[in-house]
Amino acid sequence: MAGLTLRNVGKRYGALSIIKGLNLDIHDGEFLVLVGPSGCGKSTLLRMIAGLEDITDGTVAIGNRIVNDLPASKRELSMVFQSYALYPHMTVAKNLAFGLQNFKMPKAEMERRVAEAARILQIEKLMDRKPRQLSGGQKQRVAIGRAIVREPQLFLFDEPLSNLDAELRVQMRAELASLYARLGTTMIYVTHDQVEAMTMASRIVVLRAGKIEQVGTPQELYTRPQNLFVAGFIGSPKINMLQAKVDRASGEAVATVPGLPAFSLPTLPSADDGLTLCVRPGAVHIGAGEVMTQGTIRLVEYLGNESLLHIALSSGQVLLVSDNGKTSYRSGETISIGFDRSDLHYFDAAGQRVEPIQNESRLQ
Amino acid sequence: MIKRFIARNAPGYIFLSPWLLGFFLLALGPILASLYLSFTKYDMVSDPRWVGFANYEYMFTRDRRFWKALEVTFTYVALAVPARLIMALSVAMLLDKGLRTIGLYRAIFYLPSLLGASIAIAILWRQLFEQNGVVNQVLAVFGIEGLAWITNPDTSLYTLVILAMWQFGSPMLIFLAGLRGIPRDLYEAAEIDGTPKWRQFTRITLPLLAPVIFFNLVLQTIESFKTFSSAFIISNGTGAPADSLLFFTVYLFNEAFKFFRMGYASALAWVLLLIIGAFTAIAFLTSKYWVHYENERD
Ligand SMILES: Nc1ncnc2c1ncn2[C@@H]1O[C@H](COP(=O)(O)OP(=O)(O)OP(=O)(O)O)[C@@H](O)[C@H]1O
Ligand SMILES: [Mg+2]
Repeated sequence: MAGLTLRNVGKRYGALSIIKGLNLDIHDGEFLVLVGPSGCGKSTLLRMIAGLEDITDGTVAIGNRIVNDLPASKRELSMVFQSYALYPHMTVAKNLAFGLQNFKMPKAEMERRVAEAARILQIEKLMDRKPRQLSGGQKQRVAIGRAIVREPQLFLFDEPLSNLDAELRVQMRAELASLYARLGTTMIYVTHDQVEAMTMASRIVVLRAGKIEQVGTPQELYTRPQNLFVAGFIGSPKINMLQAKVDRASGEAVATVPGLPAFSLPTLPSADDGLTLCVRPGAVHIGAGEVMTQGTIRLVEYLGNESLLHIALSSGQVLLVSDNGKTSYRSGETISIGFDRSDLHYFDAAGQRVEPIQNESRLQ
Repeated sequence: MIKRFIARNAPGYIFLSPWLLGFFLLALGPILASLYLSFTKYDMVSDPRWVGFANYEYMFTRDRRFWKALEVTFTYVALAVPARLIMALSVAMLLDKGLRTIGLYRAIFYLPSLLGASIAIAILWRQLFEQNGVVNQVLAVFGIEGLAWITNPDTSLYTLVILAMWQFGSPMLIFLAGLRGIPRDLYEAAEIDGTPKWRQFTRITLPLLAPVIFFNLVLQTIESFKTFSSAFIISNGTGAPADSLLFFTVYLFNEAFKFFRMGYASALAWVLLLIIGAFTAIAFLTSKYWVHYENERD
């Protein structure tokens, strides 16, 4: 087992810069998830760590050892590919054993490891089958099994569940989580599915266009997104964003948002005239809240345990509101909605989070 | 029943029709005629005379040149087919690896191969390997006295094998397509697991390429049994020196168009056909033990 240190890591293809000066410490034994939109460089970064792409700038260290020039085979890591990358002409048993045969390992030890992996992943009955005779989920298990038998110090996963159907994905997610709990090995997991990221990660790294937007636990990212991009990317249904004009003429900062009554802002360390206020769909309430307004229901998405209402304000902006699903609403209905100011996230004109300064009188 | 059969298969037959028409109108007649002629004595002047199995009997029991032609042809096939396939696979792997840049590049690699099949190259080949040809002049620079490669019966066949190697173009393109079909990430997975390059080749590339190797093997074997023009030109149409270039086809040609023994030549042609058929059949029968098809059902 080992931690990982990335220092100013960069990747260029000619003049094209894909990964831009990343700094990141990955702790020993953590489940780190890399998320970001398609094309942001997640796979590239993972492959650089794996040794499948060379590192054009900076250093990658596994444990205390810089591995920039170490071939993939010497990095003692295993990788699970999105496509599974199973050898189609070999049986499951041979697929599992293939990598081990490269190391001078006693046959008994090899068999023990293969049997152990097969038992953990419940693929013992499939050992004599070829990959084409397996379902997607079974293939995925074999691919994971092939990673386990190496007993590596680091696991890399590149969107391993994205080829599975929704139900199987949820199941494999749980299995991966329990595998992690059992092995405790450092894992780096790439996905563009923020639900996967939220449910499995010890920490999440949000990447955009080759740069880190924020690193933190799922709770930190959800409750304190550092910028608008992270606020919009993490959380489902998506956070509501309101453009506010700030008027400081009266000495107190007052926000005007089209479609909402003006309301006073807490003290913010920002002098910008324009702010973005974000509120999660679950923090918008029907018929209650400090700041209230009227809206017209445009669409109701009934999900059983909750209903997602799309509500148009008088300004035309549509807010997402998540309701407990006990009342039924019809589209076209006009209802009043509101939120509390403590549930707002504030972002300055540059899109960076600004944290309200606690009122001194309250501090005392 | 019949309606359904037609509805289902008509498109296939329509697409096949140019070939089928050609076969029935142009090829089938001569093929059947030659089968008949192989049981006759026919000098193209008087009418064919029925002789039963006499041609075949003579061939297998008394015709020393027939056995010599078989020996030359088999030796050639046994050497030229592997040589050409290895050459084709090597070039395909080189192209697949690094030189992926442009289509033009691939065309350049195909060129010698197209030329290699042409008469001009065969003539050039003869001049290269003559007593005072380019090869010997180069050897002379190093103080080595070269042989008369083509007129020496011990080496003449090998010059043709070398020529065959350069005709790697079409199997090379097929190999290249096959190599492109092997997913990159199989090699990456193998790389991460520390699999040496040679083992990647023998355990991943070769097995996954087996259907393509099989296809090329069958095609090239048939092709090589039929080798004619290069042998004909380099041996001046006779199979000389000392019958060392007496390819089956050259022998057949001589019997037919030099000595006008059409009946006997027809019999030779049928024997060649049976030999090629037998080799193809063996290849297909053994293929299930070594060819892994990706979409095979079982
Ligand atoms: N060999 C290459 N040459 C040039 N650009 C490349 C190369 N490989 C990848 N890229 C570019 O690098 C960027 C990042 O690619 P990468 O595959 O890492 O994205 P990703 O975050 O994994 O996306 P996805 O979620 O779609 O898998 C993309 O814009 C891609 O076009
Ligand atoms: Mg990717």
